[in-house]
Amino acid sequence: MSEVLEAGSPPALTPPPEEVKRELLAGYPTKVARKRAHHIVVNAVDPEGTVPEIAANVRTIPGIITQRGCTYAGCKGVVLGPTRDIVHLTHGPIGCGFYSWLTRRNQTRPKGPEDLNFLTYCFSTDMQEEQIIFGGEKKLRQAIQEAYELFQPRAITIFATCPVGLIGDDIHAVAREMKEKLGINVIAFSCEGYKGVSQSAGHHIANNGLFMHVVGLDDSTEAGKFRVNLLGEYNIGGDAFEIERLFEECGLTLVATFSGNSTYEQFARAHTADLNLVMCHRSINYMADMMEARFGIPWLKVNFLGAEATAKSLRKIAAYFEDPELAARVEEVIVREMPAVAALLEEVRGRLAGKKAMLFVGGSRAHHYQELFREIGMETIAAGYEFAHRDDYEGRRVLPRIKVDADSRNIEELQVEPDPRRYSPRITPEDQARLAMAGLVLQDYEGMMPTMACGTLVVDDISHYETEKLIELYRPDIICAGIKEKYVIQKSGVPMKQLHNYDYSGPYAGFQGAINFYREIDRMVNSKVWRYLKAPWQEHPELTATYVWE
Amino acid sequence: MRKIAIYGKGGIGKSTTTQNTVAGLAEMGRKVMVVGCDPKADSTRLLLGGLAQKSVLDTLREEGEEVDLEDIRRLGFGATLCVESGGPEPGVGCAGRGIITSINLLEQLGAFSPSENLDYVFYDVLGDVVCGGFAMPIREGKAQEIYIVVSGEMMAMYAANNICKGIVKFAEAGGVRLGGLICNSRKVDNEREMIQALAARLGTQMIHFLPRDNIVQRAEINRKTVIDFDPAHPQAEEYRLLARKIEANDMLVIPKPLKTDDLERLLLEYGLSG
Repeated sequence: MSEVLEAGSPPALTPPPEEVKRELLAGYPTKVARKRAHHIVVNAVDPEGTVPEIAANVRTIPGIITQRGCTYAGCKGVVLGPTRDIVHLTHGPIGCGFYSWLTRRNQTRPKGPEDLNFLTYCFSTDMQEEQIIFGGEKKLRQAIQEAYELFQPRAITIFATCPVGLIGDDIHAVAREMKEKLGINVIAFSCEGYKGVSQSAGHHIANNGLFMHVVGLDDSTEAGKFRVNLLGEYNIGGDAFEIERLFEECGLTLVATFSGNSTYEQFARAHTADLNLVMCHRSINYMADMMEARFGIPWLKVNFLGAEATAKSLRKIAAYFEDPELAARVEEVIVREMPAVAALLEEVRGRLAGKKAMLFVGGSRAHHYQELFREIGMETIAAGYEFAHRDDYEGRRVLPRIKVDADSRNIEELQVEPDPRRYSPRITPEDQARLAMAGLVLQDYEGMMPTMACGTLVVDDISHYETEKLIELYRPDIICAGIKEKYVIQKSGVPMKQLHNYDYSGPYAGFQGAINFYREIDRMVNSKVWRYLKAPWQEHPELTATYVWE
Repeated sequence: MRKIAIYGKGGIGKSTTTQNTVAGLAEMGRKVMVVGCDPKADSTRLLLGGLAQKSVLDTLREEGEEVDLEDIRRLGFGATLCVESGGPEPGVGCAGRGIITSINLLEQLGAFSPSENLDYVFYDVLGDVVCGGFAMPIREGKAQEIYIVVSGEMMAMYAANNICKGIVKFAEAGGVRLGGLICNSRKVDNEREMIQALAARLGTQMIHFLPRDNIVQRAEINRKTVIDFDPAHPQAEEYRLLARKIEANDMLVIPKPLKTDDLERLLLEYGLSG
């Protein structure tokens, strides 16, 4: 399968991206335009793979309608929420708990009727005014006790919402006390929504808490020759199930997933694996780095979105273990899976080739799904993340040059030392260098921009205004984003695919997932349903307005 | 009905001054309600002869929605009506939110309604203006006049100046005004002149200079105001005088807070020239 759009080949957009950038900024007051100019970049990749600098992970300008979520959403909703045998208790008024209840469609598969699964429950302390005034620790303690008695979970996590931080409830002291009393792990996360500039801060807080309080608690190991963890895969629409199937067929032993289809025990044993595979770099790279530092487990960036990407990732894993038998099994699996993929590609490419996609989503998704679009011959003409940092755009090579601002310093950076007893480097520096020479670079992520064509647009933390403007100027055939953008896009007559929860569909990972995705995109892009719709104001315009600064 | 809030640095004597002044107004036949806005709930102790008061927030917590005015309001010296907001133990919860809840509840229960025939409501507010909740009495017209209790000590003057900044903020949005500074003497050098100068700089007046007298302490130990404990004592007369001055006061201004440098210069000028 050849890549339709080679990185570096200009797609020659009309209107030209520089002009579009000017037009996007022209709608803003001078100071806002000056700031947004750093977040909107026309991609250019030089022969060394370096790309222009982009501003990311800084505060959204007040007044702009952002895609971003809050720190609590990142900690509870993204990283920890998918684990089935932990009671995830939201300490706060009921809205935070209720509106983060299964909205990402994380799936899980208990091993049997005895296996615990609380994913369908929503736990909250339901804070009332009384707790705001007199403090909420007592009610939190009661809630933990009640949850323990009713459900006997493996562990209980506590998530702080905004008011908890304002009134200063000491949730960590309550956690320690209840852990002592109940004899199960109780872990508190100070992930108040207002911390940090986006949900990204919540990911970091979740990583820190899991690493400090869970990872490494259980040294027992399962048998297996090639033992890996899968990091940053959250099993939306069953993605992890498909990856698990492939791993099993290839003969890989999955010790822990952070955190799709996961259990508490998996986290506790994660340090016994020999390789960490990183899917969503943004939300979990902290865990990968900390496990490397404390236990000597290297990490490898993978991507299971896209059939080619999946094959490539499996081959990279085999290359790491340098085992001919594993390599042969991986090839067998690829050979077995690919015909169905190729057959469908044959069918849909004629209808999809040359169509245009835009992806504004997540902190890795806007990158990963470009692979799938490339396979069906569609061009990604513009992309951007909601909450990623510069390294996710430009690659980890820029890490030493990222300015750590006060907002980032507000989130604790753990200083991790090698474990005196259990630190055991899984690979020697010499072997690591040798693998790197052969093209397998560990602890590295190249970022999104070096893989995108020159002359495409990259927009960080895109606003509703910019989204509407891009639709007007480029009329893309599909846009991938999240729920907050969905209806704005559809009302413009453009099909929209949610990549935070897949809109009732999926899985999209692995070979079977790629097939699902091709079908879904074919169905959406080639349906004319949105083009038949006319909004009332398109036929009978009633109101006109100008900005105050005009 | 005149709605008055008393602010000032912690420990300056706000509660003592408020209750003694209220006792003076009660003697004049005025109907006065005192609303204590301090989680310690000790703003009406001298009028009630002890801390017998059940606070608004405690009552709300125990009784739920079924709260009557009579559950949270007690009659004190001279038929004054005494209410304590109450609040959390130190170090937990949000006392500011408590004050907001408490004052809203009092309003809903009709504590300020014309049928109560009140001449005065006094809000006795904890410390400096520390957060939105403690500014509640001066927001949205809950209090119209502010008196700041101050002394010639530097930190008390800093606090008074800071409170003026808060008043300016709310004066522009609502109708709150500064009625004056009450100097509760700590016997520092040149105190009267210094506070008069500060008042002038702020664009207000020193409405009264309360001399320091140990009778205040003795009356407090006996859980009484000076007017109640020793009506003939000269200090009781000082409080009566303050009550009359407040009753007659028509100098209500938006203050002009000083810059820190100017405030320090004022201290140098008066504090060292005695």
